[in-house]
Amino acid sequence: MSELISELDAAGMHPPVGPVDATHGILLYLEGVSVSFDGFKAIDNLSLYIGDGELRCIIGPNGAGKTTMMDIITGKTKPDTGRVFFGQTIDLLKLDEPAIARIGIGRKLQRPTVIEPLTVLENLELAMSGAKRMRGLMTTRLSSEERDRIAAVMDQIGLAEHGGRLAGILAHGQKQWLEIGMLLMQEPRLLLVDEPVAGMTPAEMDRTAELLRSLAGSHSVVVVEHDMGFVRSIADRVTVLHQGRVLAEGRLDELQEDPTVIEVYLGAGDAYH
Amino acid sequence: MPLPRWLFSDRAGLVLLAVLAIIGVGVPVLNLLVPPDNPLHLTAYTVTLIGKYLCYALLAVAVDLVWGYMGILSLGHAAFFALGGYCFGMYLMRQIGTRGVYGDPMLPDFMVFLNWKALPWYWHGFDMFWFAALMVLVVPGLLAFVFGWFAFRSRVSGVYLSIITQALTYALMLAFFRNEMGFGGNNGLTDFKDVLGFPLHADGTRIVLFALSALALAGGYLACRWLVSTRMGRVLVAIRDSEDRARFLGYRVERVKALVFTFSAALAGVAGALYVPQVGIINPGEFAPLNSIEAVIWVAVGGRGTLVGAVVGAVLVNYAKTWLTGALPEVWLFALGGLFVAVTLLLPYGLIGLLRRREATT
Amino acid sequence: MPSRTPIRAGFLALALALLTLFGASPARAADDSVRIILAQLRDADFDGKTELIEKLVTLDHPRIATILKALSDSRLYYQEEGDRMVIGLGDGAEIAIEDAVSGATLGQVGKRDLDRITANNRLRSLIEDRLASLGLASADPRQRKAAVEAFLRNPDPASAERLRARLAVETETDIKDLLMMALALADLASDDATVRAKAATALGGRLQTEIRGPLARMAAEDGDPAAKEAARIALARTEFRMQMLGWAETLFFGLSLGSVLILAAIGLAVTFGVMGVINMAHGELMMLGAYTTWLVQQWLPVNWSLPVAVPLAFLVAALVGIAIERGIIRFLYGRPLETLLATFGVSLILQQAVRSIFSPLNRSVATPDWMSGTILLGPLEVTLNRLVIVGFCIAVFALLWLALQRTRLGLEVRAVAQNRAMARAMGVRSARVDALTFGLGSGIAGVAGVALSQLTNVGPNLGQSYIVDSFMVVVFGGVGNLWGTMVAGLSLGVANKLLEPWSGAVLAKILVLVFLILFIQKRPRGLFPQRGRAAEV
Repeated sequence: MSELISELDAAGMHPPVGPVDATHGILLYLEGVSVSFDGFKAIDNLSLYIGDGELRCIIGPNGAGKTTMMDIITGKTKPDTGRVFFGQTIDLLKLDEPAIARIGIGRKLQRPTVIEPLTVLENLELAMSGAKRMRGLMTTRLSSEERDRIAAVMDQIGLAEHGGRLAGILAHGQKQWLEIGMLLMQEPRLLLVDEPVAGMTPAEMDRTAELLRSLAGSHSVVVVEHDMGFVRSIADRVTVLHQGRVLAEGRLDELQEDPTVIEVYLGAGDAYH
Repeated sequence: MPLPRWLFSDRAGLVLLAVLAIIGVGVPVLNLLVPPDNPLHLTAYTVTLIGKYLCYALLAVAVDLVWGYMGILSLGHAAFFALGGYCFGMYLMRQIGTRGVYGDPMLPDFMVFLNWKALPWYWHGFDMFWFAALMVLVVPGLLAFVFGWFAFRSRVSGVYLSIITQALTYALMLAFFRNEMGFGGNNGLTDFKDVLGFPLHADGTRIVLFALSALALAGGYLACRWLVSTRMGRVLVAIRDSEDRARFLGYRVERVKALVFTFSAALAGVAGALYVPQVGIINPGEFAPLNSIEAVIWVAVGGRGTLVGAVVGAVLVNYAKTWLTGALPEVWLFALGGLFVAVTLLLPYGLIGLLRRREATT
Repeated sequence: MPSRTPIRAGFLALALALLTLFGASPARAADDSVRIILAQLRDADFDGKTELIEKLVTLDHPRIATILKALSDSRLYYQEEGDRMVIGLGDGAEIAIEDAVSGATLGQVGKRDLDRITANNRLRSLIEDRLASLGLASADPRQRKAAVEAFLRNPDPASAERLRARLAVETETDIKDLLMMALALADLASDDATVRAKAATALGGRLQTEIRGPLARMAAEDGDPAAKEAARIALARTEFRMQMLGWAETLFFGLSLGSVLILAAIGLAVTFGVMGVINMAHGELMMLGAYTTWLVQQWLPVNWSLPVAVPLAFLVAALVGIAIERGIIRFLYGRPLETLLATFGVSLILQQAVRSIFSPLNRSVATPDWMSGTILLGPLEVTLNRLVIVGFCIAVFALLWLALQRTRLGLEVRAVAQNRAMARAMGVRSARVDALTFGLGSGIAGVAGVALSQLTNVGPNLGQSYIVDSFMVVVFGGVGNLWGTMVAGLSLGVANKLLEPWSGAVLAKILVLVFLILFIQKRPRGLFPQRGRAAEV
């Protein structure tokens, strides 16, 4: 058994690439990316650049390709054409989901996905980077260092009191935070956050905004969100996606003046929440 | 020595281990030391029957590990059980030596009967106990690993996976029915004489085999309990509840699955290997898809994802089977079929789930 | 007594002459000329008989062949009472007889009252030869054909001239063809090597064993190298044709097995493919269909049973299916693994129910006359029941396709399959649609059971033996795709039959299963996958 494990380790349990090189100030490059399902172009020649430490919001009507774009970045969907690079050197199209997660891209799914039968602490332990080698998994104990890290993240996401509770009985907003906490345990450079405030009370939304803003700078954060008020409260730069391509990009107040944006999205924006 | 925390907190498991210890000691005593005219005396038949239940329970634990914790509903675990059984059966076959009907020192009777002149290559080595014992783990494990490696890598999951595991055991059953395979065809392997020099029909041998089954069950249970208590256990649950989440967290889901599936298959192989000397025969019928699905229902009845439930379910359902097939053979399949329906509709967490719920409400 | 015969013969000849004079019918006249010769047969020795036979065959009379045949078979008798030649029919002490010349039945008589006209082997071969030429000259093409075929079975160089003469005047093309073949066969025995070689070349590609035997002998033994080579080439052509025919036969067997697989799987394609419900009791619904057929045959004549059984089996299986859906599956939507287990339980219950009600033994379902026997499709001989099942499969497939594409229910089924919530919002009663769809899939299983009852044993295990195959077909073809199911069923059927001669039936099945296991791992969504978001399971 242990031989098998070391064989597996050798076969690529480590990320097969070096550290991220963001020397040009850009962390994520999407260039000319297209993908279609049964003739339907979900992403159509999309180009997008995310700066190092930037907090970017992505908005767009349903079917604009937001989730598909995230699928492409995280390796779930392979595009038909185009290039996707993480930093200068890492070609994301050559990696699968776990490898992409391990080089520092964390993703919060649209539906909050925490592992409900596990406690908050166990969920965070599960997400902890460095625990993913087979040998690291074969233990029932936490080192004090690991314990400290988990405690720090629990503090950060406001769940310090709830470490022993099952994730399944948390409030909806708390689940969203726990999932963000799990992302943080991965120590990512880039966080992809899909609809973080869906179903949250205004107070919870404020806390979430604060949390995401505090992450920017040390991390790049990409937030997909429908809620305009929330977007206004966190983002400096906003990208509008429409029919699989970038319709406009800029500050939110600028975009709100843009007639094309008003036509496809903002004008009808109220219908979406 | 204080108990490690993962075991100490597992109350149901401790009860199970205690019960296993009691019957592991008690059954031999009642069989060997209590005189036959005493009402407390256990016949050799009963001892073997309980031993059989214990083997089934180990198989159920193996099924629960992959189904209850990892979400893979294997309809092919009987194949791993049977392969383990065949491996050990081959050893027992070679032990017969010249005592067979044809008295051939090398070839088992069925090969002489088929006019075979030499032992097929894959029969070599099985005259050695250690080799056969190793193969009991390796053969089912290897099949599971190869099968799992391909299946999980192509992300076959859910009912698709269930159906191809069923096809796997079905194909193996057809194959083992063929005389040309060299495993005795229809009749399988039987007429065993002794194991490591001890005659199989002797009470002492039976008691030892029984005790070994209890020990194997306890060991298998502990291994699985430990596994699900480690971080690996949390990964398994994550894979079961949200495979995507596990991937986006950076886990190589297919490798974890293949590894645990392999381990589970090896456990099933051990169960089969202990089963064969106790019942005295292994034939292709053990590969029947129904057997695999029966093992799943044991787990469902006891409560999946609990390990203890698998043991409870296996023993209860098989006890009911022994009783019903004896008393009302017509009713058995109705009862089994009804059990499938009733458990899935009314008792999704099984008996253990029911107990826990009662505990939680009082 | 022998002395009287010539006198009587003379008398008869006189009478004949008189009758002719007085304008009796030509048929009567012909009858009498036959009678005269027959009368002499009784006392003639074998040489005399030879002469008389030669005379008989020159007469143009419809009964000659029958009489000669009877003589050859030792069934020609002289009956003292009535002073006539009769032909005995059947065996035993008492036999039925008919008049040799008129063919009129004369009732039963004891064998002791009859005098057998004996024949020896020389006479018999003479008769056979003469019968052949008689047949050749017959006005009835079927008799001419039979005559040539008789020659093929027993080629006699002496008859070759007659065949050649016939060929010159023959008008029917297929008999002409047969004649040329027969002549070529005769030429194989020629002393002239070039004639032999030409004949061999002409015979290449003929499939009859009567031809292959001599050709093979010639290819092996002929002293002349050129003739030997010609025979070898001709034989190779024959073998090639036989191989092609063998392939065609395999293909047909494959198609027929494929049809069975499609029939078994197509109901699943509806319940599993369209609804996403995994029904492990599908095989048992087929079993119910087969038992329905058996029950119908207890009440109706076999020939009428199937047209009644098909709708009835549909109804029975559909009702049971709807009961399963309403009683169990409805509570398990979205939990496929639990559905699998619960329906497996149902399959066990149905099996045991059949075992308890009917018996654990197989029931034999009779095949109607119109489905038994074989027919020729070109050079290919196919069993009728398999052909009917291929056709039946096509019909069921077409009907199902029409039902899904052209009816309101079909529209609703597809709508619910694509987007349940949206369909409900549009006013589709999804619960009703679920029940009806499941009923439809189940009913088709029942209909498939009727077809299976014509091919395999009807017993409690009938369903089990098809369930793994059916799922494989659906998954191989691509879930939710009827055409995929069709292609998958046919290709698996053909693959199975192609492998069978090489590996044996069981191994072929195992190989196909292993292939499928590998295939599904390579392409989890089957041959014709549905893609995009809707296909996410």
